[in-house]
Parts: sequence; C-alpha cells; structure tokens
Amino acid sequence: MVGYLLRRAIGTIPVILLITLLVFLLIHAAPGDPADLLLSDQATPQDTAEARHRWGLDQPLYVQYSRFLVNVLKGDFGTSFRYSDPVITVIGERLPATIELAIVSLLIAVALGLPLGVWAGAKPNSWADNLGSFFGFFGISMPNFWFGIMLILVVAGYLNWLPSSGRSTYGIARGSETGFYIVASLLAGNFDAAWDGVKHIILPAIALGTNMMGIIMRVTRSAVLEVMHEDFVRTARAKGVAESTVLWRHVLRNALVPVITVVGLELGTLLSGSIIVETVFAWPGSGSLLISAIESRDYPLITGTVIIYTLAFVAINFMIDILYGFVDPRIRFGR
Amino acid sequence: MEGSVAVDVAVGDAAGPVRARRRLAIRPLLKPKILIGGAIVLTLIVAGALAPWLAPFDPNAQNLDLALKPPQWLLGPHVLGTDAVGRDIFSRLFYGARVSLVIAVMVVLISGVIGVALGAISGYFAGIVDFLIQKAVEVVWAFPPLLLAIAIMAFLGQGLGNLILALVMQRWISYCRVARGQALSLRTREFVDAARALGASNTRIIVRHIVPNLFQSAVVIGTFAMASAIISEASLSFLGLGVPPEIPTWGSMLADGRTYISTSWWLALFPGLCIFFTVLGINLLGDGLRDLLDPRLKRSGTGMG
Repeated sequence: MVGYLLRRAIGTIPVILLITLLVFLLIHAAPGDPADLLLSDQATPQDTAEARHRWGLDQPLYVQYSRFLVNVLKGDFGTSFRYSDPVITVIGERLPATIELAIVSLLIAVALGLPLGVWAGAKPNSWADNLGSFFGFFGISMPNFWFGIMLILVVAGYLNWLPSSGRSTYGIARGSETGFYIVASLLAGNFDAAWDGVKHIILPAIALGTNMMGIIMRVTRSAVLEVMHEDFVRTARAKGVAESTVLWRHVLRNALVPVITVVGLELGTLLSGSIIVETVFAWPGSGSLLISAIESRDYPLITGTVIIYTLAFVAINFMIDILYGFVDPRIRFGR
Repeated sequence: MEGSVAVDVAVGDAAGPVRARRRLAIRPLLKPKILIGGAIVLTLIVAGALAPWLAPFDPNAQNLDLALKPPQWLLGPHVLGTDAVGRDIFSRLFYGARVSLVIAVMVVLISGVIGVALGAISGYFAGIVDFLIQKAVEVVWAFPPLLLAIAIMAFLGQGLGNLILALVMQRWISYCRVARGQALSLRTREFVDAARALGASNTRIIVRHIVPNLFQSAVVIGTFAMASAIISEASLSFLGLGVPPEIPTWGSMLADGRTYISTSWWLALFPGLCIFFTVLGINLLGDGLRDLLDPRLKRSGTGMG
C-alpha cells in the first residue's frame, strides 16, 4: 500500500510541473508585455523597466520559469492589484465558501443520483428507469447558470421562499473565523445562523449539483445493470436474501468503483461549475473571485486562482486514487 | 502474389464491419432517443442555417421605444418580446443558434482530427511517443474543464479564434484517450502485420488501417463533445469571455437577461431554454448512437467535459 501511495505521489510531480509550465506559457502568450499585465495601469515606463528587471523578465525564458515555479511552490503568487494583499491570502479567505458550496452540492447530487441510478438499473425499462433516465438527461443537459437564474426567478423571486444571493443575512451573527458558516454555527450552537446559512446555500447548491446528479445517476445505472448479471448476485438470491438487501448490499457495493471514479473525474466539472454558479448567486467564493479578477484584469490573482484550483483538482484526484485503492484491492496490486 | 491476397483480407477485416453495419442502417435508427434527438438537432441546423430568412427582424436593430416589451406571442410582431435596447429576442435566438452551431461544429471537428490523429500515433508507436503524448493528455486532464478555457480567454482575450482554441484545448483529449486504447490493440492485429509485411509505411498503416477503425467511437465522442462545447461556449459568453459582444449568442443574451431578471423574465428564459433543449437533443442523439455503434464506451461514463 505504501508503495502504491508513493508511486502515485511521484506520478503527480511531473503533472504539477507541466501545469505550472502551461500557465506560465499562457501568461507569456498574452498580448503585450507581462510586466504591463502584472503592473497596475498607473505604472510609468520607468516602473515597467524596473519591474522587468526585478521579475527577471529580461532573463531567458527557462530562468523565468524556474523562478515562477519556485514562487508557486512557496505559495507566493504576488500581490493582488485590487485588494493590495498577497494573492494567497485573498484566495484563502474565499476558499471555504467554495468548499462549503461544493460539498453541499455533492451531497445533494449523491442523495438524488445514487438511489435514482440504483432503482433505474435494477429494473431496466420500468417506470423507475424511465423516471431516472429523465432526471439523468435533465441533469447532464442543464446549463447550471441558466438553472441558477431560473431558481432565482421562481423560488427566490416569485415564490419568495429562499434568498437569491450571498451567504448570510446581514446582521445575523455567523460567528466563525474558519469561513465554514454552517458547520461553525452548528458547533457554536448558533442555530439561527446555521439555518440562515442553509437557506442561502440551497439554491446555488441545487444549481451546481444538478449536472453531477445526472452524471451519478447515469453511471450508477449502468454499473448496477452490469453487476446485476454477476454470479454472486444469483447466489445471494438463491440463498434467499431479500431483494432489497441484494440490491443495496451486494450490488451497490460492487457498482461503487466506477461511480467513485466518475465522481472523482467530474469533481473538476463541479469546481469549474462553481465559478459560474458563484457568479450567478453572488456567492463570495473563489470562483466569483476569479471572474471579478478577470473583469478588473488583476493578473496575479487570476494566475493564483487558476493554479490553486488546478492543484486542488490534482489533489482530489490523488485522494480518489487512494480511495479506490482501498475499495478495490485489484487496482492496488494489479499493476 | 500471396501477399496481395493477404492485403485484401486485411482491408476487408478493417473496413468490413463498418460496411456491414451501414447496409442495415435504417432500422436501428428508429429509436425514440435518436428520433427525438435528431429532430431537435435538425431543427437547430435549419434555424441556424436559415436565420436571415426566418428571423423577422435584424438581430442588432435597436429601438429604444420598444425596449423590454414582454412577449406578444402571436398577437404582435415581437413574438418573444424585446431586450433592454429593443432588439427582437426571437430573431436574436435564430442568430444565436447559428453562432452556437458553427462554433460547436468547428470545435468538434478540429479536436476530433487532432485527438484521433494523436491517439492513433500514440497507440500505434507506443514507447517514447506514446509517453510524451500521454503526458500532454494528463496535463490537460489535470485542469478542471471550464477553468482552462476561462484561463485561456482571460489571458489571450476575446475573439472567435481564441474561443475555438480554448474549447479545443479541453476536448481533443477524450478522443485521444479512446483512440489510443483502440490503436494499442489494433496494432497487434493480423491485418496490421499483413500490411507491414507487405512493406506499407507506418503512415500508410495508420491512415488506411488504424484510423478507419477509430471512426465509430470518434462519432460518439464527437456528439457528446458537441453538447459540452455548446454549454461551454454559452458559459464563456455568459461570463463575457466569448465572442465579441456585438455577435448575438445565447450565453450573452442570458447575461443581459440576468441584469433584468427581477422585471423582465423573458430575457433570460428563452435563450436558456434554447441551450437546454439543444444540449438535451444532442445528448439524446449521442446516447442513441452510442448504444448503436459502440456500446463499449458505455462504461467510460458520461461523455461530459
């Protein structure tokens, strides 16, 4: 197991190097001098020349890249123009909101997608299958930003059931420095604040989770469909195990590996989706931060956010790899 | 002379199943998924292609006297209402279909050609070439899908060329992965050995014997890639990172609509419905085609992203 982990960990190093290289090249491919991009609009030609030297922009590209890489590894992405704080601090403050939203979306997606997929796969071509497939197609075809706008229009606007934007109502104490409002409020025993947080997160989480729900439903359905024909399912039935036990214990457990794999892969979709859903709901996370950074041409902040998002995604995939090394020993030893 | 016989068999082996399936093509196409999906896609193509003739108004004609008129349905000239500067929504939707379709088709074709070619080369040669190409795949794969496109647009700026580059960047890899896997197993098949024994060059083997066998999977992947390209294009336009603002797209119409959401619901409703039904239609079609052409792809997941 340790060997497997080590192999996996070493395997990600070149990927991380190449990711930073790609982003570095992208900055250099941008029209104009990187110094102009990285300095604010008020910079004089003198400032620019000095900055070029200070950042080593007069040096060969590979020297520049190694510098960039060292800074990235140190977590130093420079200073945000707009916030005049280190980029890493600015992003760090907004990250918990994104993580909270992503987790709740994922929970909603699994809570709906998994049962729908199991029911649909257990009885192909039944009404349950048709209903499940409808939700599956609905989920994968729905543009999350439009769904978000429609939720705002109907649920927040017309019905006035839930708030349309933000994370919390102004004035309600959310009492936490961690940035995870709901959990922190619950831990502090402040149920009003927790409920307020839940009310704010429902709509964006539904908008963000719908794609994932569709994907999970479809993958679960085909995985269950496949496992249903295995010998051990017949054996379990022949032993007289109740059908529901067969389904939820024997079938689902074996169907989970592809589901986990796809969930891991699609977490990237979820992360990118959060960028746009956060913008729709004015959710103060790192995704909406990226969009506002692009609007204000805050290049250090854009670079930092892109790299951190991507490294987070790499880390998630690494963890998923480990996870199914546990779930399915064949993966661990069969290479 | 024995050799030429072997080649004939080999070619038959490579292209045979494709031809056989083509011959009985009509029946299996009559599945609800394919029919509904196909109908939606066909409608979209007609709407986009005939936009100048079908759209009742110039999509960019502004008329501030008629700004934010609600849908008049069949009772007035502005069937689905007007936007904040009095442009006719119904007409803009037609032109939006055209833009979405042209961009998506270009993205799918370009990424298909690049992905299949690199996948075939990667799988056929194996070794160091394979390693390098697969590293490239791995790196692109490491980016959350839309994020890479957003980053490219943020650094390189708006414009059709950059938009297509941004969308292709993410999409060639799914073709490449599948094509590589198939090429890896094809290269050990008898017909490839036979062609090689006859002195066929590597290029010839790849082009004539490997690639034709990758075609069916590529069609299926292409359909799903098209759906995701339309969503991504709309997402980027929605964020103001797509084509220049003077070109009507569903995504940018939606972005306008969001501003007026509390007063004028029709601005956001209709372009979104168009995106949703277009993507739904393509996904249905893709699902149907996959069941038909390449059921093995089923386990590879969803085709999204």
